[in-house]
Amino acid sequence: MPDTMMNLHSIAAAVPEIYLTAAICIVLLFEAFVGAKRPGATGTLTLLVLVVGAALTVAYADVAHRVVLFDGTYVADPLAYVLKLAGFLAVAVALLYSRAYLQNRDILKGEYYVLSLSALLGIFVLISANSLLTVYLGVELLALSVYAMVAFDRESGVAAEAAMKYFVLGAIASGMLLYGMSIVYGLTGTLNLDGIAVALSAPHNLGVILGLTFIVVAVAFKLGAVPFHMWLPDVYDGAPTSVTLFIGTAPKLGYFALALRLLAHGLAGVTVDWTAMLAPLAVLTLVVGNVVAIAQTNIKRMLAYSTISHVGFILLGFVAGTVNGYGAALYYTLVYVLMALGFFGVVILASRKGFEADKLEHYKGLYRRDPLLALAMAMLMFSTAGVPPFVGFWAKLRIIQALWETQHLWLVVTAVVMSVVGAFYYLRVVKLMYFDEAPESLPDTVRSFGVRFALGVNAAAVLVLGILPAPLLDLCARVIH
Amino acid sequence: MITLADMLTLSGILFALAVAGIFLNRKNVILLLMCVELLLLAANFNFIAFSRMLGDLTGQVFVFFVLTVAAAESAIGLAILVVLFRERRSINVEDLNTLKG
Repeated sequence: MPDTMMNLHSIAAAVPEIYLTAAICIVLLFEAFVGAKRPGATGTLTLLVLVVGAALTVAYADVAHRVVLFDGTYVADPLAYVLKLAGFLAVAVALLYSRAYLQNRDILKGEYYVLSLSALLGIFVLISANSLLTVYLGVELLALSVYAMVAFDRESGVAAEAAMKYFVLGAIASGMLLYGMSIVYGLTGTLNLDGIAVALSAPHNLGVILGLTFIVVAVAFKLGAVPFHMWLPDVYDGAPTSVTLFIGTAPKLGYFALALRLLAHGLAGVTVDWTAMLAPLAVLTLVVGNVVAIAQTNIKRMLAYSTISHVGFILLGFVAGTVNGYGAALYYTLVYVLMALGFFGVVILASRKGFEADKLEHYKGLYRRDPLLALAMAMLMFSTAGVPPFVGFWAKLRIIQALWETQHLWLVVTAVVMSVVGAFYYLRVVKLMYFDEAPESLPDTVRSFGVRFALGVNAAAVLVLGILPAPLLDLCARVIH
Repeated sequence: MITLADMLTLSGILFALAVAGIFLNRKNVILLLMCVELLLLAANFNFIAFSRMLGDLTGQVFVFFVLTVAAAESAIGLAILVVLFRERRSINVEDLNTLKG
């Protein structure tokens, strides 16, 4: 049989996407017929879908080598496998944390779950993209789902405004991406990323650099790198916290894959050019993210600027332009997603209906009101600041090592100095929680056992992965080669 | 004779118009949505021009996908606009100032 023919065995590598597409249809129908009678049932079904999806990924999609499917548009490799597994788990944890939040504010609707699953499908398409067409479709599927999620609370004018800003700026980024892709297509004659890599490894037309510029801008936009970061604090602040939790975590996996597949694989022939473009962006991102975060009084905005600074670190991994650098960026992304799930989870648990717990002063004296939540937040903040023995330390160390190996001395210095600056505002949260008196009586934190247990596991994972970093580090080094 | 350079110039002008429209327009959100569409159409024009030059159909297939996505994108954009109008009773860009970057 010719290997271009499709059979069930040959498409087994694409099981996560096929399963997820079917599951989205089922969840949508379930919501339409059962959802109104039993609010909350759709959420339970979605969690089940995600857990089964993770199990199916482990069972079927564990490919040992690179498999290219669907006429070269789709690739399944160990990297895609790891990222998809992380995607299933991150979305499951995010939905688990946000359930009580949605319920208390009467926005526990099935659409929320359908949208988060379709965003996850967009992330998967990005992760497995091997053609400019699949990259574009993945970016749009993810972005369109997320715009709708930001505007999900229809009573909130701020959320609608944030969604509108996100939509317009995101659409410009998509337009840039598409324009850059059209130029790259015109000069290489193919949409396939493998084909583009081959075409660019030979002497090529310098016009590709023009297309590359548009693509780098679009990638920076999607990741939230300075000076294309303006949407990020507004969206994190304006969106309901459950949505902030969602967009702060799983989509980062997709955008990491976007940068890796497009720049590090497809445009590998012009690595010198795009690392030269990314280096100033990464430095600006680190400086602006960390310095502006200090001035914030709103914790969601502070965490948004902290996200920007972490994006700077991930970009630095790409700037190194080596396999070690990409591996460090992958490790950083996974670790960041784990930590972001934790700290946005704490913000969700500290809030009540009518009280969003979004000001830094709302965390004053949290230790006396809820010692366990304060302990989890303190661990997460120490980890995010990069204090050993937490996992955030190893993430930063790997990036710095990769930069050191490639003799980017100034970038190493910037990264270290900015880590110290960043430590200030993370540790300020710890100081507020442990050493300040609560100004007035604040509402109780959420006491639901299941969610608190999950958050405890999340915070413990940050410590355990920090003490035993070898397995995850090895995995990241192994899947990128 | 229309050359590739002519077509690329036209698409460049369309792209520049769209970006200028987005950043200069301070009045109406619907105009923003129109500029976003124009942005995608400029890229489409590029794809078609290159596709013709290369004699390769995949570029034109890409354009069909982009047109479909653009339709979905306007649907989402208009839906957000409706939510926004219900809350603010205005679609003026200058009124979108509650959150400040």
